[in-house]
Amino acid sequence: MSDENDVMSTADRLIYMANQIARNLAAQGDAEAVASTASHIASFWDPLMRARIVALAAEQPDALSPIAAQAVRRISA
Amino acid sequence: MTFTRETDHGTPAAIATGKSVTLTIDGQAITLPEGTSIMRAASLLGGSIPKLCATDSVESFGSCRLCLVEVEGRNGYPASCTTPVAEGMVVRTQTDRLKQLRRGVMELYISDHPLDCLTCGANGDCELQDQAGAVGLRDVRYGYDGATNMGQAKDQSNPYFDFDPSKCIVCSRCVRACDEVQGTFALTIEGMGFDSKVSASQGEGFLGSECVSCGACVQACPTASLIEKKVVEVGTPDRAVVTTCAYCGVGCTFRAEMRGEELVRMVPWKDGKANRGHSCVKGRFAWGYAQHQDRILNPMIRASIDEPWREVSWDEAIAHTASEFRRIQAKYGTRSIGGITSSRCTNEETFLVQKLIRQGFGNNNVDTCARVCHSPTGYGLSQTFGTSAGTQDFDSVMQSDVILVIGANPTDGHPVFASRMKRRLRQGARLIVMDPRRTDLVKSPHIEADHHLPLRPGTNVAMLTAMAHVIVTEKLYDEAFIRERCDWDEFADWAEFVSQPARSPEAIEPLTGVKADEVRAAARLYATGGNGAIYYGLGVTEHSQGSSTVMAIANLAMATGNVGREGVGVNPLRGQNNVQGACDMGSFPHEFSGYRHVSDTATRQLFERTWGVSLDAEPGLRIPNMLDAATDGTFKGLFVQGEDILQSDPNTHHVAAGLAAMECVVVQDLFLNETANYAHVFLPGSTFLEKDGTFTNAERRIQRVRKVMAPLNGYADWEIVQLVANAMGLRWTYDHPAQIMDEIAALTPTFAGVHYDRLEAEGSLQWPANDAAPDGTPTMHIDGFVRGKGKFVVTDYVPTDEKTGPRFPLLLTTGRILSHYNVGAQTRRTANTAWHPEDRLEIHPSDAENRGIKEGDWVALKSRAGETTLRAQVTERVAPGVVYTTFHHPETQANVITTDYSDWATNCPEYKVTAVQVMPSNGPSDWQLDYADQARMSRRIAPLEAAE
Repeated sequence: MSDENDVMSTADRLIYMANQIARNLAAQGDAEAVASTASHIASFWDPLMRARIVALAAEQPDALSPIAAQAVRRISA
Repeated sequence: MTFTRETDHGTPAAIATGKSVTLTIDGQAITLPEGTSIMRAASLLGGSIPKLCATDSVESFGSCRLCLVEVEGRNGYPASCTTPVAEGMVVRTQTDRLKQLRRGVMELYISDHPLDCLTCGANGDCELQDQAGAVGLRDVRYGYDGATNMGQAKDQSNPYFDFDPSKCIVCSRCVRACDEVQGTFALTIEGMGFDSKVSASQGEGFLGSECVSCGACVQACPTASLIEKKVVEVGTPDRAVVTTCAYCGVGCTFRAEMRGEELVRMVPWKDGKANRGHSCVKGRFAWGYAQHQDRILNPMIRASIDEPWREVSWDEAIAHTASEFRRIQAKYGTRSIGGITSSRCTNEETFLVQKLIRQGFGNNNVDTCARVCHSPTGYGLSQTFGTSAGTQDFDSVMQSDVILVIGANPTDGHPVFASRMKRRLRQGARLIVMDPRRTDLVKSPHIEADHHLPLRPGTNVAMLTAMAHVIVTEKLYDEAFIRERCDWDEFADWAEFVSQPARSPEAIEPLTGVKADEVRAAARLYATGGNGAIYYGLGVTEHSQGSSTVMAIANLAMATGNVGREGVGVNPLRGQNNVQGACDMGSFPHEFSGYRHVSDTATRQLFERTWGVSLDAEPGLRIPNMLDAATDGTFKGLFVQGEDILQSDPNTHHVAAGLAAMECVVVQDLFLNETANYAHVFLPGSTFLEKDGTFTNAERRIQRVRKVMAPLNGYADWEIVQLVANAMGLRWTYDHPAQIMDEIAALTPTFAGVHYDRLEAEGSLQWPANDAAPDGTPTMHIDGFVRGKGKFVVTDYVPTDEKTGPRFPLLLTTGRILSHYNVGAQTRRTANTAWHPEDRLEIHPSDAENRGIKEGDWVALKSRAGETTLRAQVTERVAPGVVYTTFHHPETQANVITTDYSDWATNCPEYKVTAVQVMPSNGPSDWQLDYADQARMSRRIAPLEAAE
C-alpha cells in the first residue's frame, strides 16, 4: 500500500499548479494574467506552499512559464 | 408529534388561472380556484367524500365510482373527482340514493377481497377498510363461492415491499403514481375486465422489472396490495417525526414513522418543499444501515495502524485525541494538523469542526468533501455572480421552456428532482443533454432530448464556448439584460473572444467529436426557446477546467438573460446531502462561513471577538495539499468527520501514503471505513436519525433534521466535537444545536434570520434569510447580482494533460448509480445491493470486441496511477473510446485508477478523464489482494481483557 505509481513530488506539483493557473488565465492578456495568477496563489495557497514556490522559482528558473514566474516574483516581493 | 395521517384531498390543486368560483357543498359556501374538483373542494371544507381510486398525488381517474355526488340541475351522479367546480353549483355529498349507490360499489369490491383484516399488515391503515366503514357496508350479498382473484401468489422479489395481487382493487393508483409522480412507466394494468391486474414491466417480478423502487406506488396503494415489508414485520406506526433525508443534495423531507424507538418506515412528506411528497429508493427504504451490525459503538485507539484496535472509554479516547494533537503541534508546529468536515453531517456539526480547527488548532487547515465535487461551483459562481450557490428553487423547473443538462445524470444522482424535471419535459419543455454517456434522460418513456451532445470527456469548455460563439455571432444574446445587469465592457471582451473562428462549432468539432450542426441547433434552442435553465453536475466540475466550465455556463446564462426569474438560472446539482451547507459553514481553508476570506480583517475580527482568540489570516491547506505535506513530513495529524477519503479521493495510492505518514489520524464515523484503516483513534458517529440539526440542500434550503431515536453510540456528532474541543482547552457550552445555529446566524450575514423557531414556523428557509429577505430567497439575483454587475469571464479551452496514447488508449469517466450513494458506506449495508452488488465497467461493444471481452467478463482496468479488476458491462450507453464505472465498492476501488490531475483553480480532482487500458483478466489484481489483507488486519479489534 505504500508504493506510489507515477506521482509527482510536491515540488513538481507546486510548479505544475502554478503553471496550470497561469495557463488558464493567459487569455486575459499577459499583464492581467500575471496579476490574476499572483492574486490566486495569494488567496488560496497556504504560506508554506507560497514560500516553497518562491524558493523553487529561484532554484529552477526555467520550470515556470513566464506568466507564472512573474506572478511568483510578485508574491515574493 | 403523535401519529396522524396527512390529509389527502383526493385530487391535486388546480393549475392557477387567476379565476375563482363560488359554490355550495352540503349547504356550505366555498370560493376556490376554477379547475378544482368537487372532491377537493369538499375536502377543503373539512368533509370527505368516500373514494378509492383518487389521491391527491395523481390526476383524477374516475374509475371506482365511490365518490359520486348529486349536483343540482344536473342529471345522474357525477364522480366528484373528475367534475370541476362551477360558479353557483350546489352539491350534495350525502343522500339516501348516494349511500345506496356507494354501498353497492363497495359490496362489489369487498366480494373479491380477502377478509383477513385482523391479520393483514395494513390493518388500521387501509383505505378500503376505512371506506367500507364510511359507506356503512354491513353485508356482502354475493358470497365468496364464485370466481375471485384471491389466492394469487405474492411477488416478494423487491427487498423492501411486497405485492399481493389478491388484495389489489385495480384502482390504478400505483400505475398512475409510477407514470405521473415518478415518470418511469414501469407498471401497467395487464388483462381486461375481471382478469385485470397490476403488472411490473412485462409481467415480471418487481425486482427484475424497470421499477426503480421509489415507493410512489406503495404510498399510493389504498390497500395492503403494495406494502412495506417492515410494516408487515413490525406493525403500523404510532408516531411520526418530520426530518430530512441524509442522501443526496435534493434534501427530501420525510415522516419518520415510528413504533416506540423502532423506525417502521420513511414516508415522503407532502409538505416538503424540496420533494413535494416524492422519494427515491435510497431515502424511502435504504436506512437500515443505521442499525447495521457493522456499526462501531465504542471508541477505540491504537498506537500504530499495524496493531489491533483497543476499545476504550469516551474519556480516554477524547483525552488521547487532544493529547496527541497538542503533542504533534508542540513538536512540528501549529500548522502540522488539520481536519475535514463532513457533507453528510449537519450544518451545526460542520460549523463546529471548522471552529475547532480555527479556534482550537489555531490554523485554517480545514477542508471538506466539496473539494472533490463542487469546489469549482464555489469558485466559478463567486467570480461571475458573486456567491457560491445555485440560483433557483426546484419548483422553478416547472416554469422552464428549455432545459440544458450538462454533465449530470439526475435520474440516478438526484432522482426526486429528475422526476420533477421529467414531468415538465412531458408537458412540452425542450431538452438538451451534454454528456459523453447516453444517460436515461436522453431517451426514456415519453422523454427524448432534442439534442444530445455526446462530447469527448475533457472538452466542456470548448463546447460551451462554441455555443457562445453561435449565440454571439448570430446575435441571439439579450442586449438589454446585459446592459442593465452586467458589465458591458467585459461582455464585449468576452464576445470578441468567443466570436473568433477558432471557437466556432466547426473548429472544435475535431476536439469534441460532436457535429457542428448539432451544436449550432442546441445553442439556438437554448438562446431563443423561452425560459432557459441549466442544470449541471460533477461532469462539469470534476475536470482540470471545472471552474472554467462553471464560468462558461454562467456566461451563457447571462448572455441570454436567463438569470433572475423563475424557470431559468444556473443550477448545480449537489452530490451529498449537506455539501451546500458544509461549504456555507466555512469548511474551505480560505474562508469563514458565508464565503468570506480569512484575510478580510473585519470578518476575522468579528469571529475573534466571538471566539475570544486570534485567528490565522492565512489560507490553510486543501485536502490534496495536506496529503502532499504529509508525505513531505510537515503535516502529521488529521481529524476526519464522516468522510472516507481513502475510497472517495483520487489516486488511492497517494492518499494511502499521505495517511500512513501521519502520526495521529482520528476518524469519526459510523463504520470502520477505508480511511480508518490508517487511523489511530476511532470515535463512533451517530446517524441522522439520532440527532438534531439542519441540512442545506442544493436549492439553499435549510431544513430541520430531527432526532427520532437515541444515539446508539451515546452521543450526537456535535457533542463529540464539543468533547474534543473542551479537552483541547476550549470552553464550549452548547446544550442543543439550536444554540450553534444562533451563533452561525450571529456571524454569517446570509444566515442572520435563520433560527430554529423560524424553521419550525416556516418548515424551511432558503438563504439568504436576513433583514433584507426575512422569508428567505427562492430565486437569487432578481434585481441585481450579489457582486453588483454580472461578470463575463473569458474561458479559454486548455486541454487536459491526461492524454490517451498507445498504452492507455481509452478514457475512463466515473460516476454514480441510483441505488448507491457516494462510497457506498451506507447503501452497501442495505438491501440496495440487490440492484448493484458490485461496480461494473461499461464498455462500448466495439471496444469490447476488439479486446475479446464479453458481457460479465472480468477485466483489468489500468491507468498510469494504478490497476484494478472488475466485471464488464457491454453497452452502447458509452461512446467508443470511453469507459465508465462507479466508485461505490471498496473491493473495486475505482480511485486507484484516477490520477492527481485536478481543476486549476480549486484542485477538484479530474475524476472524469483518466486514460486507461482495459484487458481481459482472470482475477483480482495484486493490489486488490494486498489491500484486502491489509484492510482485514487493520480492522482487528482486540478482545477486552477479563476483569480481575
